Amino acid sequence: MDKFIKLEGLVAPLDRANVDTDAIIPKQFLKSIKRSGFGPNAFDEWRYLDQGAPGQDSAKRVKNPDFVLNQERYQGASILLARSNFGCGSSREHAPWALHDFGFRAIIGESFADIFFNNCFKNGLLPIVLPKAEIDALFGLTEHSPGYRLTVDLPSQLVVRPDGYAIHFEVDAFRKECMLNGWDDIGLTLRHAEKIREFEARRRTEQPWLFA
Amino acid sequence: MSKTLYEKLWNSHVVHVEEDGTALLYIDRHLVHEVTSPQAFEGLKLANRKPWRISSIVATADHNTPTSHWELGIQDPISRQQVETLDANIREVGALAYFPFKDRRQGIVHVVGPENGATLPGMTVVCGDSHTSTHGAFACLAHGIGTSEVEHVLATQCLLQKKSKTMLVRVEGIVGSGVTAKDIVLALIGRIGTAGGNGYAIEFGGSAIRALSMEGRMTVCNMAIEAGARVGFVAADETTIAYLKGRSFAPKGDDWDKAVAYWRTLVSDPDARFDAVIEMDARQVVPQVTWGTSPEMVTGIDGEVPAPEDFKDPVKSEGVTRALQYMGLTPRTRIDAIKIDKVFIGSCTNSRIEDLRAAAVVARGRKVAANVKLALVVPGSGLIKEQAEAEGLDKIFIAAGFDWRQPGCSMCLAMNDDRLEPGERCASTSNRNFEGRQGAGGRTHLVSPAMAAAAAIAGRFADVRDLL
Repeated sequence: MDKFIKLEGLVAPLDRANVDTDAIIPKQFLKSIKRSGFGPNAFDEWRYLDQGAPGQDSAKRVKNPDFVLNQERYQGASILLARSNFGCGSSREHAPWALHDFGFRAIIGESFADIFFNNCFKNGLLPIVLPKAEIDALFGLTEHSPGYRLTVDLPSQLVVRPDGYAIHFEVDAFRKECMLNGWDDIGLTLRHAEKIREFEARRRTEQPWLFA
Repeated sequence: MSKTLYEKLWNSHVVHVEEDGTALLYIDRHLVHEVTSPQAFEGLKLANRKPWRISSIVATADHNTPTSHWELGIQDPISRQQVETLDANIREVGALAYFPFKDRRQGIVHVVGPENGATLPGMTVVCGDSHTSTHGAFACLAHGIGTSEVEHVLATQCLLQKKSKTMLVRVEGIVGSGVTAKDIVLALIGRIGTAGGNGYAIEFGGSAIRALSMEGRMTVCNMAIEAGARVGFVAADETTIAYLKGRSFAPKGDDWDKAVAYWRTLVSDPDARFDAVIEMDARQVVPQVTWGTSPEMVTGIDGEVPAPEDFKDPVKSEGVTRALQYMGLTPRTRIDAIKIDKVFIGSCTNSRIEDLRAAAVVARGRKVAANVKLALVVPGSGLIKEQAEAEGLDKIFIAAGFDWRQPGCSMCLAMNDDRLEPGERCASTSNRNFEGRQGAGGRTHLVSPAMAAAAAIAGRFADVRDLL
């Protein structure tokens, strides 16, 4: 996993609540057995006017001019501004894979669905929860200031606006360490292999039917 | 100190805790399907790691499998490749049980686990699928996980997880005739919203929940995720124990007695404290129908489509405008005036024998309306299909004009050939009415199996209570 320390980038707004993972990456693209290549199909049904299918050359498809992420001013954005319950629905990790592949490295929203939130951390995509008032202000600033950029500083847990106003955000200490160092969870967990084996041996004695 | 069931389940699986409270939870059962596992198996191989405990794995192919013309195999080459990749991975690493495409016991992973007794009270269960919450019906701690976590569980037999807050949803009273588990959970989601359970583990309790069969409890827990909760569960009781007795992977002999004694402790202590409590009156619940593109956009069959101005929050109001436009609905339309094009009875929410029986009661001796192009009945597993056929349910459905299919996830998410065409409207017993969920441009209305059958017969949404 890539390290995440500090990010300065263009902000793109997606002003709707309950954006689900079916919308982020529709089911027909889940048939892939790879982790990469989902970016061209992120938000496929909103982003293109035709029906998407695996294996198409997306560069040749007709884009929906009404979809916000298709606007010229948001090209190259690395920070997605979202509303509440972003990433709800299916557990598909293809959703963070698609957003990361699209170019996003951080998502700032009012709230996130639990599984999606968790999946983001495994892929170097930082989900940040801010209070509604701050989110409302950021939507306004993004809309009215073309080229609006933010700085996300993970070590100090701050989102910093161009006017210098800094907003603190919470992040679990363990997840923060993993993101800062680009650590592989599995390697970390296997440091406790002996403890896992002991736990398992005790469980096998106490509830043998679980090990039949 | 008195404990909630969540705390009991949590405490009995903690292997290690980090300073910030992130815990390593030991995983008893790992359910695997073809869509979210290939990258995990590949990752394992690339890192030269081996699965920690293969006897924890139960696997089946369900999302991509066709529901008709099995003799032709899987026609879509990329669907076939995904299913064959699962075949190859399980062949290589092994499993407690694998139910491949066309196996007699193949079916939807959340149906197959419980019906074979592979889901047992007190277990931690994971699966790379958000509807893993279903297994909570057995007093399990059942988490839906992402693919990185699938790989993590394969490699370490543990899940990294922070403790959730606890919510008790207490449903008291007796539901009316024609009102089902699906209606209870849809009414709950309508009340607390799809983010209402975010950060919570939901325990479903109260007399109306205790009165449900295991099938009904699975329906309720299945949709905990639609209320925003990653896990939902019901305390173990005699219904749980009776369901499990004699199932393939359930304990036998002395182990059975020991297990049952332990299972009886899997309840919240009487004075246990929850972080939130929601009270519902079962008698007030009427058959539910969703009208929008989120499960919280729901009302009773006696209701009408709302207007955007009914909602004060501008983001919500705009969401309703967008939903009505997508759904092709006008505010103040009576729900029972909405005509449908297709019907889908199936999915991990509602494809079990009780669901099929409830739909068959309505379909018996009646005909699917002429305006309904397709009415699918997709049993949750091969075993359910066999049982339904032994009871003659297939004949009732076929005589009424329904299609009787092979098991799988089917039109719940349309990864196989069963799908809606743009603009088509469907009465569906599945769990998500998101835009495009059942096919690009398709319009989904979530209902119970009995209500789906009633809609098929009437050609529009109809109150099943008038047909019983």
